[in-house]
Amino acid sequence: MTSRTSLNSLGRLLPYFLVGIGFGIVATKSQIISWFRMQEMFRFHSFHMYGIIMSAIVVGAISVWLIKRFQLRHLGGETINVSPRVQGAGYRFGIGGSIFGLGWGLAGACPGPIFALLGNGVAGAVVLLLSALLGTWSYAVLRPFLPH
Amino acid sequence: MQILLREPWPWYVAGPLIGLLVPTLLLIGGKQFGISSNLRHICSAVLPKKPDFLHYDWRAVGSWNLVFAVGIFSGGFLASQWLGGGTSVQVADATEQALAGIGFDMTSVGLVPSELFSLGSLVTVPGFVAVVIGGFLVGFGARYAGGCTSGHAISGLSDLQPTSLLAVVGFFAGGLFATHVILPLLMF
Repeated sequence: MTSRTSLNSLGRLLPYFLVGIGFGIVATKSQIISWFRMQEMFRFHSFHMYGIIMSAIVVGAISVWLIKRFQLRHLGGETINVSPRVQGAGYRFGIGGSIFGLGWGLAGACPGPIFALLGNGVAGAVVLLLSALLGTWSYAVLRPFLPH
Repeated sequence: MQILLREPWPWYVAGPLIGLLVPTLLLIGGKQFGISSNLRHICSAVLPKKPDFLHYDWRAVGSWNLVFAVGIFSGGFLASQWLGGGTSVQVADATEQALAGIGFDMTSVGLVPSELFSLGSLVTVPGFVAVVIGGFLVGFGARYAGGCTSGHAISGLSDLQPTSLLAVVGFFAGGLFATHVILPLLMF
């Protein structure tokens, strides 16, 4: 019985693995995982990154609008609920966002690309991941003292 | 096949494909595209003694997200092995000159600069600040802001959420400061 349960859950998780593979390939082939591309973006020297981010948002926004408009259900059968997951007065977005941005500019990678860089065999990405985990843990510890 | 191997994939191919991740994950299981929560799930899974924020059922909440991240890793591996990915990056001339001007070797450009990311560089001031402290700020800031580039810039803005716009303005403010103020000082 236990093995059947775990087989079922493996089957449920498989689509996310496949979608992840797709993202990993696109991220690598479009070079959004490159530190140098981030530098190019933050120096406004190329349209590449802006084109990717903006066209992704346009496609995403049209999709989300259609999903809401027709109240579509997901494969599990429930109506899809798109709502802000994160609550806060506003501080967390401005302050937390800027802290994230400092790291993004220095390390040249955000969390998705860190996993793709690891797959590309970039040894330094192991250090990036461990530091990011340490940062996450530090936030968890300091959370009660931070304005949100 | 030619187009698959072409480097890099142009923005008008990559951007829409990334945008399609949003409805794909919603339609599969009502999941919102985001990656940085994995860092929290991993902390919750491995730490023996945890602050409140890491006390939750990470298997129930995060299994799909962790499997997604393993997929991203695998996709990166496949692309580098068989699709000619990650070999060389041709940035704009202006970027090349600017980075060469502050001491980066721009004769062969890969995914990351060895001046910061090689194991020897990690113990120098520039490498330590960029990779170790930079990575720390990515993890800290993503959880503080409640999302990263995927969760706020792509998912949140796709849903026209004002708080995500505020977060994205913060992302760029921080990135611009790091690029134009901190990096030149580090490499001096």
